[in-house]
Formats: sequence, structure tokens, C-alpha cells
Amino acid sequence: MAHGHQPNYGSQPIVLSEPYPEDTLVGLTIDAAEVVARYPDKRSALLPLLHLVQSVDGYVSTRGIEFCAQTTGLTPAEVSGVATFYTQYKRHPNGEYTVGVCTNTLCAIMGGDAIWDRVSAHLGIGHDETTADGKITLERVECNAGCDYAPVVMANWEFFDNQTPESVTALVDSLRAGYSVSPTRGADTVATFKEVSRVLAGFHDGRAIEGQTAGPATVVGLKLAKERGWAAPPAHHSGAAPGSGGSTPSQAQATPAATPEKTVGSQDTPSNAPHDKPGTGEVRSAGETKAD
Amino acid sequence: MTQLTPILSKFWDEPQSYSLATYERFEGYRALRTALTIDRKDLVQQAKDSGLRGRGGAGFPTGMKWGFLPPDDGNPRYLVVNADESEPGTCKDVPMMFNAPHMLLEGMIITSYAIRCNHAFIYLRGEVVHVYRRLMHAVAEAYNAGYLGTNILGSGFDLDITVHAGAGAYICGEETALLDSLEGRRGQPRLKPPFPAVAGLYARPTVVNNVETIAQVAPIFLNGSDWFASMGTERSKGVGLFSLSGHVQRPGQYEAPYGITMRELLDMAGGVRAGHRLKFWTPGGSSTPIFTEEHLDVPLDYESVAAAGSMLGTRALQVFDETVSVVRAVSRWIEFYAHESCGKCTPCREGNWWMRQVLQRLVDGQGEEGDVDKLLDVAGQILGRSFCALGDAAATPVQSGIKYFRDEFEKGYHTPAAELFPPEASVLFAKESVSR
Repeated sequence: MAHGHQPNYGSQPIVLSEPYPEDTLVGLTIDAAEVVARYPDKRSALLPLLHLVQSVDGYVSTRGIEFCAQTTGLTPAEVSGVATFYTQYKRHPNGEYTVGVCTNTLCAIMGGDAIWDRVSAHLGIGHDETTADGKITLERVECNAGCDYAPVVMANWEFFDNQTPESVTALVDSLRAGYSVSPTRGADTVATFKEVSRVLAGFHDGRAIEGQTAGPATVVGLKLAKERGWAAPPAHHSGAAPGSGGSTPSQAQATPAATPEKTVGSQDTPSNAPHDKPGTGEVRSAGETKAD
Repeated sequence: MTQLTPILSKFWDEPQSYSLATYERFEGYRALRTALTIDRKDLVQQAKDSGLRGRGGAGFPTGMKWGFLPPDDGNPRYLVVNADESEPGTCKDVPMMFNAPHMLLEGMIITSYAIRCNHAFIYLRGEVVHVYRRLMHAVAEAYNAGYLGTNILGSGFDLDITVHAGAGAYICGEETALLDSLEGRRGQPRLKPPFPAVAGLYARPTVVNNVETIAQVAPIFLNGSDWFASMGTERSKGVGLFSLSGHVQRPGQYEAPYGITMRELLDMAGGVRAGHRLKFWTPGGSSTPIFTEEHLDVPLDYESVAAAGSMLGTRALQVFDETVSVVRAVSRWIEFYAHESCGKCTPCREGNWWMRQVLQRLVDGQGEEGDVDKLLDVAGQILGRSFCALGDAAATPVQSGIKYFRDEFEKGYHTPAAELFPPEASVLFAKESVSR
């Protein structure tokens, strides 16, 4: 693997890397073959392969880019072009733990900005910077789909819900001191950046059954429904083909299945959004159906 | 009063709700056994009859989408599940996959059978590693149980599922950008037509559906399309996960029939944060025009929300109380869109970059006379002129924010947002209530 020519890495300084030791390369090659085999087209393996490179190097290294290029039959420039598009691919050696504070609107307002200010000052680093001990890379992250637990902080892409400035400074202190930490929803403990990168490359780490993932906000509606005796209307499993012909007497209130409105002109040009017209606004709730 | 209808969320509170054993206790994989004996055309028809519409935001009729695939030519066709949940405020698919991954898988197997697909994919955003573990685990369990692989349940039908992790890019939630990303490219949207139904993954006929859409499939085929259609409204049938977040007493997932109102949901959630009142909210994430108190009784279905000037989107109901600066909120959303713009088209790439500058000076109280009109001008240049929906989405919070709170934006000509609305009054962990 030659490094004679500088690939196009964008505006960041290039971090050169030595060729892989032979045994590392053998392991990578075996893993890469497994990744490639998952897809009808080997180029599809590129994103997981870049995660795989990060699981070995802790970032997308020059040698990793060349490895991906050889595996997929792309040029290093093409691989680099893909790697630079995605925020999870790191251009420099990442810390052992990525701590991401959600500062998108909702989390920011609920406290994410205050958390960010505190933890950034506490660690003395800014966005996409790593502590001198190599333990923590700090990031401002975008919405991570945990808004019902705002403010949310991610540590190596595990959820830390309902955070405060105090809880997050304690979190980073624990990580720097080498203690294991438990996410609110996720595995029992937060794995390292390299370990998590290997999972993201599609390799099981045997931890799927760990941890609690149905927090209070996840089941709040379910709990309320149980308290109040609410449920979806009953259905009948006659064993016959379900569908419009399988209507049973006790579903008398169910309207006949209606054909969806024809909202597009022709079948070869489906629009993404159907024509929006005001509906009746009528709600047929479960409760009404249950009452019969 | 509308009542909640837990269907997808029915067993999320079970210990090991994610396991095959739990799912089978809750009638899991029963719909599949029936579906595999039914003619494919009838399955597509039943999906149409159910009235199910895409739960990823656009609300396109699902059965119709399946029906768009050209006739089978013997070559591959694909199902790709969009699990790139990243729209700000949207937090329904992650709990679904965390806690009931098999319900998604059963829906995928039925859908794949219906559209003659033998290799299906889940494109999961990469920033949720434990969800990825759960999905891989569920897929392995399904293979072991004979629900995946060759000759599924003796039907002669073969299916493989690959769970694929993205790497951090909101734009990959756009279905054609997702396909490019799944092909190992930068996630940039494609020109349509051709639509994915005709030329999708590897230029082959492809159905792209949201997680929640596909998760609805098994309950529909288990209980009947008329059962599903009996819930919801005339044109927005069935139920969905309504996700409340922000300044509410009990944020979280509320599974309810379409047409429920925000007033009802807020009541179930214990109301707005104690001692405060509602200022504005989003019906379906940051890409949908904001609503205010006057919209509390709008039925949350596609048609009624559209008639009231917004979009139902992903039912991501973000609640902001009177302590919140609209300018700060909108400014942060535009930072997001500017960051996530893929750069392919000029209006979105440049327009968001400029709107971000203007909004930042308004936040700082250093706006210039005319900045509000300038924002409207730029937003108007983005809306409808961008390559994909991300551009349109960015224009909406600006336009709707100014529509309802223009004076607040104009105050940004001389007064910082933090002075008008001290941020510490909005945080959830404030020890003392800070009132203005």
C-alpha cells in the first residue's frame, strides 16, 4: 500500500499511517470478506468497511482508505469522498469515548446548551476535539431520536437520558478515570469507540440482550392505556384470510374498507406526498368501538 | 374523548420485549403463516384496503407504493426499510426497534413476499449502536426459527435480511439519498423520475418504507384491513405513535388513532410544564410549520393538519412554553439544515448558509433593518426550488416562525434573544423556577 500520492482529504491535514502489520491485515481481510458477502454489490460494503477500519485504527486512516479501495475496487479518492460525507467517520484519531451533547433545538433549549457550555469548559475542549489523554472526543450532535428524554447526551452512541450539567461532567470524569459507565437505555456498559465501530460494521458483540431500553417515556402511553382500560378494538382471528372479506359481525362499526384516494395522476410518476385535502376530522376511537 | 390504542407498543413493557419468545407470546409471526398462503395480488390489495399510509412523514399510501412495482421480470427487486430516524423531534422508530424488532421483521417478511423480494435491507442510522445490536440479534433469531432463509415455513419463499448501519447524515432519510448511501456512495438525493419503484437499489425495482409503516403490516394482516381502517379518520386511517417532547409533564410515546388532537394528547401527558403555558409546537418535526395554541383542536390527521397550514409529518410533537425564544429555536433548526444540507443543489446549500448568518445576528440582537424580509426572501428562494425536500423543510420553520411571531424576530434588530428570553428559564433541570 503506497502512500506516494496524497489522496484528496479535503481541508484537514493528512494523518499518515504506516502499512498494516501482516496479522492485522489478515484479520481485516477475513472480516472484510464477510462484510462484502452481505451485499449483492461489493460497493455497498463501503460504509461498514469504513466502520471496520475505525475499529482497528480508531479513525479513517490513509491505510484504511486504501484497504477499502482495494476491497471494493474503488479508487482511494472515491473512498475518501464517501468518508468525508459522513460525520461518524473521523479524520483524526478519535478519543476512546465520543461524548455527544445534543444541541439541536429541543434538547438545546431543555438544557443541552447549558450542558455543552459546562462540559466543554470542564474538559477545556471544543467541538470535535479530543482531550490530551486521548480519552474523550467531545461533539455537538444533531437530533439523536431520543427527544422524549431531552436533554440527551450520547456516549459512544449509547443513550444518556434526561441529563444535567452535573451528570455529564460526572460522566466524562468517570470515563477519563477508567470506570465503566452505564447508559440509561442501552448495553450494561459503554463500549470503547473501537468496539462500537466493530458493531457498526455489522459484527455481533453478544451484548444485544443487555440493558433496559423501555424507559418511562417509552411506555408512558402504554401505562396510561392500561390504567384506563384502553385498548385497540378487538379483532377476530378466524384463521381465514384477513382482509375486506373477513369482516365479522362484532366489527359492525367498522366501515367497509375504502380504497385509498387516487391521489396521483399516473403510476409512473408517484408523488412523495399525496394531495392534501381537508378530511372530515372525524375520529373513530378504540373506545367507541369497544362500547358496542 | 379519543382513547389510546397500543398495538405496536402493546408489549414494550414486557421484560425482554425484544425477544422472539415474547413476540410469539403476543401473536408474533401468526400473520406471516397466513400471509404466505395468500395470493400476492390479494396481499397488495389488502394493504391498499387498510388505508395504511407511510409513517415516515410523507403519508404516501403504502399499498399503492407496493403496487407501483413493474411486473416481475425474474431479476431482483428489493425492500429497503428506512430506519434513518433523524428528523428533529422524531423519536418513535428507535423505541420500536429497541423493544419490538420482531414486529418490524415480520412486516418485512410479509411485504417482501407480497412484492417478490428475496433480499431486504434495514438502513439504520449509525448513531444508535444498541438498536443495531437488537436488530442483528432479532434477525439471527428469525433465521434460527425458520422465519428467514430458504423455504420459509415450507412455503418455498426465500428471504435474506441485511441490517446496515449508516454513518451520520440526516439527508440519508430521504429515500433516494438513502439508496445512494446503501450503494456505498455519498448520500445525495437522485433525480426523480425514475422513482425507486422502477429504478431503486442497484437500479432495480425497490420499495422504501419507514420502520413504523412496515411494523403496522403484521397487525393489519393478523386482524384484517377493515379492522385497521376502522380506526383513525376517513382518509388518515389507523393508528400511529404520537411522540410528545419538550415542555410537557410526561413526554413520551402515545399510540393513538389518527385524528386525536393535541389538546387531548397534552391532557394525557399531564399538560404543559407546571406553572407555564404553551407558546408553540411542531406537529411533525422541525420540517413542519409550527403551530400555536390556536391549533390545539386541529385533528392530527394528514388532511386537517394540512388545511390548518402545516403537515402531520412524523407526529413529532415538540412543545415549547412561553419561556422560549422562537428566534433561538428557528435559528438552531437552520443551523441543523445548513449542517445537513448535502450540497448538491445551490438553493439549499447557499440559502441555508445565508439564513444561518442572518438568524445568528438576530439571536445576538445585532440584526439589520430588513433582515426579516430578507429571511422570507431567501426562504422563498429555497422553497420549491431545491432538489429534494430538505430545502423545503428548511424554509418552513423560518416562514412559519415569522408568520406567528414576526415582532420577536424584529426585536432581534436591537435586543439579544437571551435578554428577551433568558435561556435558564427554559431548562428542565432548573432548581428554582426562573420567571421573567
